[in-house]
Amino acid sequence: MRKLALNDEILLKIEKPARYIGNEVNSVMKDPEKVDIRFAMCFPDVYEIGMSHLGIQILYDMFNRREDVWCERVYSPWVDLDQIMREEQIPLFALESQDPIRDFDFLGITIQYEMCYTNILQILDLSGIPLSARDRDDSVPIVIGGGPCASNPEPLAEFFDLFYIGDGETVYDQLLNAYKENRIAGGSRKDFLEKAAQIEGIYVPGFYEVTYKDDGTIASFTPVNPHAKQVIKKQMVKDLTHTYYPKAPVVPFIKVTQDRVVLEIQRGCIRGCRFCQAGMLYRPTRERDVETLKQYAYQMLKNTGHEEISLSSLSSSDYSQLKELVTFLIEEFKGSGINICLPSLRIDAFSLDVMGKVQDIRKSSLTFAPEAGSQRMRDVINKGLTEEMILDGAGQAFAGGWNKVKLYFMLGLPTETEEDMREIPRLADRIARRYYEIPKEERNGKCQITTSTSFFIPKPFTPFQWAKMYSNEEYIARAAVVKHEFQEQLNRKSLKYHWHDAEVTVLEGVFARGDRRLAEVILAAYRLGCLYDSWTENFDNEKWMKAFADTGTDIGFYNLRERDVGEIFPWDFIDIGVTKEFLYQEWQRALRGEVTPNCREKCSGCGAMRYKGGVCVEDREEVRQGEGTN
Amino acid sequence: MLKTERRCAKVKARIKFRKYGVMRFIGHLDVMRYFQKAMRRAGIPIAFTGGYSPHMIMSFAQPLGVGVTSDGEYLDIELKEDIDPARAVRQLNDVMAEGMEVVGFNRIPDDKKSSGMTIVAAASYRVTLLVSARSANVTRTFPDSWEAKIEEFLNQKSIVVLKKTKRSEAEVDIKPMIYQMRMEDEGIYLFLAAGSEQNLKPDLVMRAFTEFIKEDPGRVPFHYHRIDMYARTPKGTEASGRFISLGKL
Ligand code: SF4
Repeated sequence: MRKLALNDEILLKIEKPARYIGNEVNSVMKDPEKVDIRFAMCFPDVYEIGMSHLGIQILYDMFNRREDVWCERVYSPWVDLDQIMREEQIPLFALESQDPIRDFDFLGITIQYEMCYTNILQILDLSGIPLSARDRDDSVPIVIGGGPCASNPEPLAEFFDLFYIGDGETVYDQLLNAYKENRIAGGSRKDFLEKAAQIEGIYVPGFYEVTYKDDGTIASFTPVNPHAKQVIKKQMVKDLTHTYYPKAPVVPFIKVTQDRVVLEIQRGCIRGCRFCQAGMLYRPTRERDVETLKQYAYQMLKNTGHEEISLSSLSSSDYSQLKELVTFLIEEFKGSGINICLPSLRIDAFSLDVMGKVQDIRKSSLTFAPEAGSQRMRDVINKGLTEEMILDGAGQAFAGGWNKVKLYFMLGLPTETEEDMREIPRLADRIARRYYEIPKEERNGKCQITTSTSFFIPKPFTPFQWAKMYSNEEYIARAAVVKHEFQEQLNRKSLKYHWHDAEVTVLEGVFARGDRRLAEVILAAYRLGCLYDSWTENFDNEKWMKAFADTGTDIGFYNLRERDVGEIFPWDFIDIGVTKEFLYQEWQRALRGEVTPNCREKCSGCGAMRYKGGVCVEDREEVRQGEGTN
Repeated sequence: MLKTERRCAKVKARIKFRKYGVMRFIGHLDVMRYFQKAMRRAGIPIAFTGGYSPHMIMSFAQPLGVGVTSDGEYLDIELKEDIDPARAVRQLNDVMAEGMEVVGFNRIPDDKKSSGMTIVAAASYRVTLLVSARSANVTRTFPDSWEAKIEEFLNQKSIVVLKKTKRSEAEVDIKPMIYQMRMEDEGIYLFLAAGSEQNLKPDLVMRAFTEFIKEDPGRVPFHYHRIDMYARTPKGTEASGRFISLGKL
């Protein structure tokens, strides 16, 4: 019978005990005596969020294919259990074996967003692993970080032994082998880290020293260990078809955010929106073969029993075989009660047709992400969506019976003027006007246009990495301009407006482009009780502000200045393929409002060609013909 | 079954399963979700409702509380086509998580009157006394005096308890709903009213009992195990007794 780390009394007292008992269908059990490496894979958020993440499922499957490795999962205990574990001194455990994390060889943490940083400290703390990497000895696991936020790992440098930069499918085998060799040779933790530092894509933050200028910017960033590389190169899977994919993902007992089969159809995006980090990090765009995806769909539905399937990618409409794949999914599975969950698609005859087949038109809504209200602003961010395209798409959809539209915009973009802000409500209103042009008898009641704005956060490795942000008050003022303009619109009764929280934006901005000195702030905030900061009900801005004040850290330094051409960024030592020169050129083009074509129209020489894969090596003419009417 | 009959009458089946081990921490709604996915994994030809979001035609006899284990849980399903019961059991067990086991698959008549939801009328439980609330697996023997006390408890004119539902609190006499209560070797055996008309949970009985014997509930932690669920014995059947196991209908 399965043993559990938590006793019955606790499990019957806390919310959703199923978060902590493991035993899910397709979870992997092994004999600990028969493996060489115990790997705990962590998503530092609650189970329902962590279980919905595809990347972890890919790595879990990949590691467990190795006979000598047992990879298990661990998520953040929710606040109720967190308190009990501290009171009763129960060490954090992995779901499969229920063994303490502290006894594992590796603790791998995927870092998906900035607001999970205090949760990372919670994981280490509850595991009984010293928070600072320099205080760890051979008895505790090697703590390794990966994921999008590892592209600027510096604010977390203090807490990790190493970071993995790039696609997880590539050099993990090498890393695990190095670990085994080191153990056989009787090497120490430091010996292993030195071996790891020599593997491409592995960054050991403890082997580098940073000095600062008087103005607070970086003066130098240098390796201080002979094994540490000057530059860390992003690792990339060139061929997305012939690589790992979890055909039997773990099936949770409780409802999780992504309770369905997920097919990753491509990685990367051809578009080059200037605010988008993923669009640069995952260059070049690589597609997964459509026949392979069809096979995966069969196998994964069969192995999980999920009743829903969805597609994952940054911009699904750009997947060259989309029509074929979606048509196949509908024809093959719709009849057996499988719900096809469509990604947001460019509105055209095809997408309206498939949407009509898989959704209830009266209940579903259309989604547009123009990101900016004015054409000028959209040119600055290189979002190739024109007002004409939006109105046309909406018009077609309205004619087809839809009457709900969702619009997504950003506020606080570089060069934004009041006029640009006001264009957001006006665009929403023009969409509503298009709806009311339809004769009353033919339309389906009132329309409902819902607009959401978030505040723009400049991210590393984007053309906007030089841009400045604004203060909390300024963000609120900008949202107020938009709100006010909404009240001026003819169809205001059909328009709704929501905006995101500004306080969190400020913090995300600091950590996105932060340096290693911020470790102090994260630690201070954690000690003050900050946890689950991405959960509105738990976020406590006052504590965070106190953490900044207590450590003498100036938010303005990170957020309120436009960075200089010559400035050394904390993430400059990472080479993601796209060059800093290209990004700077894009920044200058943005300021001039010049649009850059997407990778399929014309290569702009971003640097990612070096990987010799994906869209960079596609035959452009052929692809464009294959795309048909776009 | 003749082909012609099959066309007019829907094929329905009653599945009996056990829930034990760590699965006791999975709540009723999640057990329903679990079985929906298990049906697909096992390839059971279950029938669906129509509409934009079709769902499986499946109903559970009676929810089981979190923490409670069971040897007698039931769900009824409607089938698109017939399947050999032994094969269905095998296919389901091939895809079960540890702590769930299918022990029966019987075809049942297609009428509202025989659905598990409507006909369940009683349930039997075994209550064990634990050394500590921390583990449902470590039991201790009941005090000798309890056997006599159970008799005294049952000999009261009425057993009034405060019964809380989602909406209200009410004083109810649970005595008529306790069909049997006795000390056995393995623990206290309870046979209680269950279903939509009258429903009595075992923990309510034991709470009333501990109060009656003036025992501190914190000192006598119990574990509850459902043994089986029953319907009223239909008239004209050969079976003896007022109740018959849902699995035997
Ligand atoms: S090298 Fe050219 S085609 Fe390749 S990702 Fe960069 S811009 Fe696109």
